[in-house]
Amino acid sequence: MRKIELEGFYVMHIPDGYLGPYTYGGLWAAMAPIWIYASRKTKETLNVSQIPLLALGAAFSFVIMMFNVPMLGGTTGHATGATLIAILLGLWPAVIAVSIALVIQALIFGDGGITALGANCFNMAFAEALVGYAVYRIISSSKFPPRAGRRGDKTQDSDAETQRSSLNARHLIGAGTGAYIGINLAAFLTAVELGIQTILHAGADGRPLYSPFPLEITIPAIMFGHIFLFGIVEALVSVLVLVYIRKSHPELIRR
Amino acid sequence: MKGSKLKKLWIGIGLLILLTPLGLILPELFRSGGAWGEWGIDELKRIAGYVPLGFKKLSEFWKAPIHDYTFVGWDAGMKSYMGYIISGVIGVALVVGISILVGRLLARKNGNS
Repeated sequence: MRKIELEGFYVMHIPDGYLGPYTYGGLWAAMAPIWIYASRKTKETLNVSQIPLLALGAAFSFVIMMFNVPMLGGTTGHATGATLIAILLGLWPAVIAVSIALVIQALIFGDGGITALGANCFNMAFAEALVGYAVYRIISSSKFPPRAGRRGDKTQDSDAETQRSSLNARHLIGAGTGAYIGINLAAFLTAVELGIQTILHAGADGRPLYSPFPLEITIPAIMFGHIFLFGIVEALVSVLVLVYIRKSHPELIRR
Repeated sequence: MKGSKLKKLWIGIGLLILLTPLGLILPELFRSGGAWGEWGIDELKRIAGYVPLGFKKLSEFWKAPIHDYTFVGWDAGMKSYMGYIISGVIGVALVVGISILVGRLLARKNGNS
């Protein structure tokens, strides 16, 4: 029976009906100030010339989530690009970009619910980007004066050279690790939000009103695929795109 | 950052859209198809043994126009792949349009950070 329950149980974009009002309401309420803050921060940092980059980030997030990756046991998952976009755009513009992708997925394609939109944005656009980006920053700047060679009398060329080489191992390892941890956090939040429904809501007959599986089922069911496959896919995608951008558009790499 | 300099990356997005059917084909190769990712009422009933009451109400909250990136009657084989690509094009167009609108509302008119 457990086996049947685990079969096909992968929900990263939580649909309507799985979360009860406390959870979806709470996460909408949590997302509202986050969106407002993200808009303010984006206003401070985003230049008109960077609008195409914002659109590019949102488009990438939308498309990459269409690539369902099969996992043992009949589940599928996908990368989100949230950490990568935060590395390229900055955290707060990334929250906005991934949120836009999630809104269109929910409204037009029914991929993720409308009541659950706050939850999905909280998990994938906010928490994943925040933690993924934080891990990236910590690793990429560790034991390394991050601004070395930026000011002073160095020429443009050697400056660009420093930037390029400083992007090598540490930045890529930071991006990969951040992406891996970020998506696993989003998956874990999803599992917890689904799993607590049996505790929060029961009908008159005592049976769950919403997602009927407890934490001890949702957490392993969702985390297994992310720890062993989808997290690695997310890390690989992020690193490969960064390697490509470093070659083709080094000016896009923020320091 | 200039728009034209991003051309290669936009081409990359275009290529990714053309490749999206892989996101259907690979899961089909590894198992007998069926809904991937999320359960509707029927599947949930089969797996959990019943349909939670709240679930039933909420799951009908919204009818998405192109549900699951699938056009009506195009739900298998080549047509489903075509529909998936078309969904990708529509989705990316909408996402880009909204991003540009939001970006215009938020971005500063000039100067560097």
